Amino acid sequence: MLSDRKSDMSEPHIRMNDLNVWYGSYHILRHITADIPAQGITAIIGPSGCGKTTLLKSINRLLDEMEGTRVQGQIWLDGMNIYDNGVDVTEVRTRVGFLAPKPSPLPMSIYDNVAYGPRIHQHDHNSRGSKNQDLDRIVELNLRAAGLWEEVKDRLRSSASQLSTGQQQRLCLARALAVKPDVLLCDEPTSALDPIAAQKIEAQLRELKKERTIVVVTHMLRQARRMADHVIFLWMGELVEAGPAMQMFAKPRDGRTQAYLDGDIG
Amino acid sequence: MKWSKVEEKIFVAIMICSTVVVLSSLALILGTVIWRGLPALNLAMLIQTPKGGYYLGKEGGILNAILGSLFLAGGATALALAISLPIALYLHFYAERSWHGEVVRLALDVLWGIPSIVYGAFAFTLMLWLGLRASLLGGIIALSLLELPIMTRGMDEAINMVHPLLKEASYSLGATRLETALKIVVRQSIPGLLTAVLLAFGRGIGDAASVLFTAGFTDHLPTSLFEPAASLPLAIFFQLSTPFPAVQDRAYASALVLTGIVLTLSLISRRLAGRLTEHVIR
Repeated sequence: MLSDRKSDMSEPHIRMNDLNVWYGSYHILRHITADIPAQGITAIIGPSGCGKTTLLKSINRLLDEMEGTRVQGQIWLDGMNIYDNGVDVTEVRTRVGFLAPKPSPLPMSIYDNVAYGPRIHQHDHNSRGSKNQDLDRIVELNLRAAGLWEEVKDRLRSSASQLSTGQQQRLCLARALAVKPDVLLCDEPTSALDPIAAQKIEAQLRELKKERTIVVVTHMLRQARRMADHVIFLWMGELVEAGPAMQMFAKPRDGRTQAYLDGDIG
Repeated sequence: MKWSKVEEKIFVAIMICSTVVVLSSLALILGTVIWRGLPALNLAMLIQTPKGGYYLGKEGGILNAILGSLFLAGGATALALAISLPIALYLHFYAERSWHGEVVRLALDVLWGIPSIVYGAFAFTLMLWLGLRASLLGGIIALSLLELPIMTRGMDEAINMVHPLLKEASYSLGATRLETALKIVVRQSIPGLLTAVLLAFGRGIGDAASVLFTAGFTDHLPTSLFEPAASLPLAIFFQLSTPFPAVQDRAYASALVLTGIVLTLSLISRRLAGRLTEHVIR
């Protein structure tokens, strides 16, 4: 376990404790207990169908929106169990952003896509101001953070759907960042993109990890090797091994991890 | 020749036949209306009220019916819209795959199939109970009942076409269901919602049976919600029922006006919607 390392004095950012998820009667995640450290990129790897996306979506309660899903166990986010009764799910999702595999621009302009989150939350943060200049600044800041500003600054009012797929994905990144999440969940964020667009997303995530906790689901081992600081390996709904990336890739403790890394299974 | 090729040819033939049937029925109806109605149509018909009582004379016009129909169908469409959109959003966001959502859908499908004269009779009973007599308001209520299932089911289908990823994107930014429904799903489904509204409006403005008892008929222009209002379908009915060929021709002219109104409104609203649908994700 990551938190067992004495050298790491900081508390884990996210702590999953005996997490179980069912789709109907199918027990897809079994007794997951793992920590995700603050900052850095944690990669969730494993063969398809092992529950990577389910684990990811349980961290911001997007699973709630899927019919027939049942969750048991706890996920602690900065000392709050997000599955406690009375927890405001919209607050959880504001703190834990999500980037989907396929870019899904909202049916509005580029500007309004980024401003969508801040606008719906502005009544909660009146002190931060809801004036147009503030919004302009937020939009620019986050488009820059997603590495898209230079390409779109002259056409902020045109439709988001006119952007290329790679640009749309960076727009979705900017949109997610605009609500200032502490954690960013990325579900195979480059799987729909061409190699160059994928490279740009990876570069942005590497930049963003300095201030945020990033969790990336990927089925591409090479991507995990390039990006991850920590790794969680899932196999058939169970957590096999979790730890620092260097150690996991160099000297996995479990035979199944070794077999997966060698390409023998999966 | 292989059987699959024969199959293909048969189906292409059936498709061509059905297209011909649909288009030729439309052409025949429009042709008849234009051929008999156009010679009888004149400016006086559009800007005057009837002379000679209940359209029996050859003089005067049908302005009372034109305005009456616009008010009746416009009011009913607005009323039905105010009820339909919340129902459609509720079905999608709060009653998805639940048994009461299915019950509501089934009820709407049954309502769709009910003949409009039954809506008229039902609304008439309702009006008696409320102490209303045949009036513009009564007609609006009856027509909105008729339009409600058409509009709601149309909207339900339009909203169902919205990709689930779009909703997920909104939820993941911390939006509530209501915010997602109003700000994302309604925007994305505007073309379909508009079609549902136009479909219901077209059905409403063309219906005679439901307004017969409820809106009544009059030679005067509608001035109040509580006065009887004339309507184009009833004007057509009265004109066709007379024994005078010249008045019967005026019925075709009235039908031409009715068709013209539906066509014009349809074109205008599609034009206006073009601006609203600029950002729709295709």
